[in-house]
Amino acid sequence: MHGLTGFVVRRLLLGVLTLFVTSVIIFGATQALPGDAARSILGRSATPESLAELRRQLGLDQPVLTQYWEWISGVLTGDLGTSLANSLPVSDVIGEPIVYSLFLMVLAAVISVPLGIALGAVSARRRDSAFDQTTSVATLGLAALPEFVVGITLVVLFATTVFQWLPAVAVTEPGVGPWNYPKELILPVITLVIAVVPYTARIMRASTVEILESDFVEMARLKGLPERRVLWRHAVPNALAPTFQVTALNLAYLAGGIVVVEAVFNYQGVGLLLVDSVRARDMPVVQAVALLIAALYVILNLLADLATILVSPRLRTSLS
Amino acid sequence: MSGVAVADPVEVELDRSEGRRPWRLLLATAWSQHRTKIGVGITLLIVGIALIGPFVAPYEPDQGVEGQFPFSPPSSETWFGTDDLGRDVFSRFLAGGVSVLILAGASTAIGIVLGVAVGLAAAYSRGKLDDVLMRTMDVLLSLPQIVFALVLAATVGPELWLLVLAVGLTTMPRAARVTRGAAVEVVEKDFVRAAEAIGLPRRRILMGEVLPNIASPLIVETTLRMTFNVAVVAGLSFLGFGLQPPAADWGLMINENRNGLTIQPWPVILPVVAIALLTIGTSLIGDGISRAAIGIERGRGRE
Repeated sequence: MHGLTGFVVRRLLLGVLTLFVTSVIIFGATQALPGDAARSILGRSATPESLAELRRQLGLDQPVLTQYWEWISGVLTGDLGTSLANSLPVSDVIGEPIVYSLFLMVLAAVISVPLGIALGAVSARRRDSAFDQTTSVATLGLAALPEFVVGITLVVLFATTVFQWLPAVAVTEPGVGPWNYPKELILPVITLVIAVVPYTARIMRASTVEILESDFVEMARLKGLPERRVLWRHAVPNALAPTFQVTALNLAYLAGGIVVVEAVFNYQGVGLLLVDSVRARDMPVVQAVALLIAALYVILNLLADLATILVSPRLRTSLS
Repeated sequence: MSGVAVADPVEVELDRSEGRRPWRLLLATAWSQHRTKIGVGITLLIVGIALIGPFVAPYEPDQGVEGQFPFSPPSSETWFGTDDLGRDVFSRFLAGGVSVLILAGASTAIGIVLGVAVGLAAAYSRGKLDDVLMRTMDVLLSLPQIVFALVLAATVGPELWLLVLAVGLTTMPRAARVTRGAAVEVVEKDFVRAAEAIGLPRRRILMGEVLPNIASPLIVETTLRMTFNVAVVAGLSFLGFGLQPPAADWGLMINENRNGLTIQPWPVILPVVAIALLTIGTSLIGDGISRAAIGIERGRGRE
């Protein structure tokens, strides 16, 4: 197969393979380690009978391969198992948190990607200006900060100690969509934006700087085009490709970041669900959420590759 | 990742530095920049507090101060007040940094060593083994560090060795990519061919010939990974999967005291500022070194 379709098919297959191996790792991690779920749940004082009973209930007395097969075939048919914490189907438990997390991530992405691209392009255009220097130092510093440090700092500044303008934690009710809590969303979204913008801005600046020095940009200048037009019509579209790559990696990284951010703001998404399930040793939920986050990573990478092809004229023509 | 260098390089005059070992030239060039010096200063300050702190803490960090209530404001006895259980905030702050340093340092060391081993093996063997190793590393990347650590913690519980192992294992694929990327060119060089021809054992070739020539990207990668791992380790202990109460630990302190922010913010502010400074310091160092590395590379290219 050739062309764009062939490329997409190959990338899809690679994604499926990655997810398969990841599922083995997630499952294996819960098997290969000393101690088992039954003992962890019941504690050291558990009687042998109750341990055996729980092991049977969890399927831990089956051979490992059988257990994996049971789990993965369930996942593929939409049966993620039963939560140990509240005996509900895992798919019911993770449904609403998925909506909450996706809404948070999409909101953060929609704000941070254009913001990062604009900051990076303008920094490159005014290279070594005061604006560029300030952005450079600020993005370097902010990129280094852990999300929970940013989140807690925002809470200190805007929700508790200094000003009490915004809620420090998101108190939400089940069955009510996250879009009904605009005030509760502000601080978590800002935290994630601060986590993504620095990377996007820095890579965008670097690739724009490179492109602004290239021949075709010089050509555009020689044609007498105004500098503004040279930047936004000629340089920026070509600088987007590496930016999309890095941004996708970052959004995928956000899948890890939301775990901490949701815990800081008590935001009822999959990240908080993961933390709570790990504390409760609710393995079916932990496995489902981990696989979900890995799937998100694979999908975002795929989208980044596609976006890269679609925005870079050279690659587009070479594939079609 | 893309081949675009994020940092602007520093200008390097190579004639002055002929004959120096690559990593020495790198560190000297890095040190010539203000940001590296500021980074080293900040990092040393926090590392100093973390290392010396436990010995100079005025109170027992895990015992309540007599006559003090929980969340007492700062006073002449307790400079930064007390925490949720009436313990001295300043003492807990002084005693609580060393765990972050040790855990992040150990996991970074494990991750870099494993990653370098995998990357070198992949670059040197090429062919099938290369493919298998690097695809495996790609797969490991699909789980964010913190999620991987949480999956392990769900089975075993919050054990410190597990935390180090989890963070180390997730550092490995990132270090392996960088190592392979740099080593793939080096293994093609004449001096490696020569070493092969005179029959040096493979380990001697990799450790003696290849490794010294990829020192620059590895030093950059190590500082970067250290920055990230401080964040991951502190984040995990903030979530309650690091040191367990009543231990003094910066991440744990933030978690224990955030409900008291409106009346007593100090037990949260001190560790938050310390972790922020530590990550900013190490990332300034990393940025300085990577600018120096690109500058040296470009300088060579001009010759």
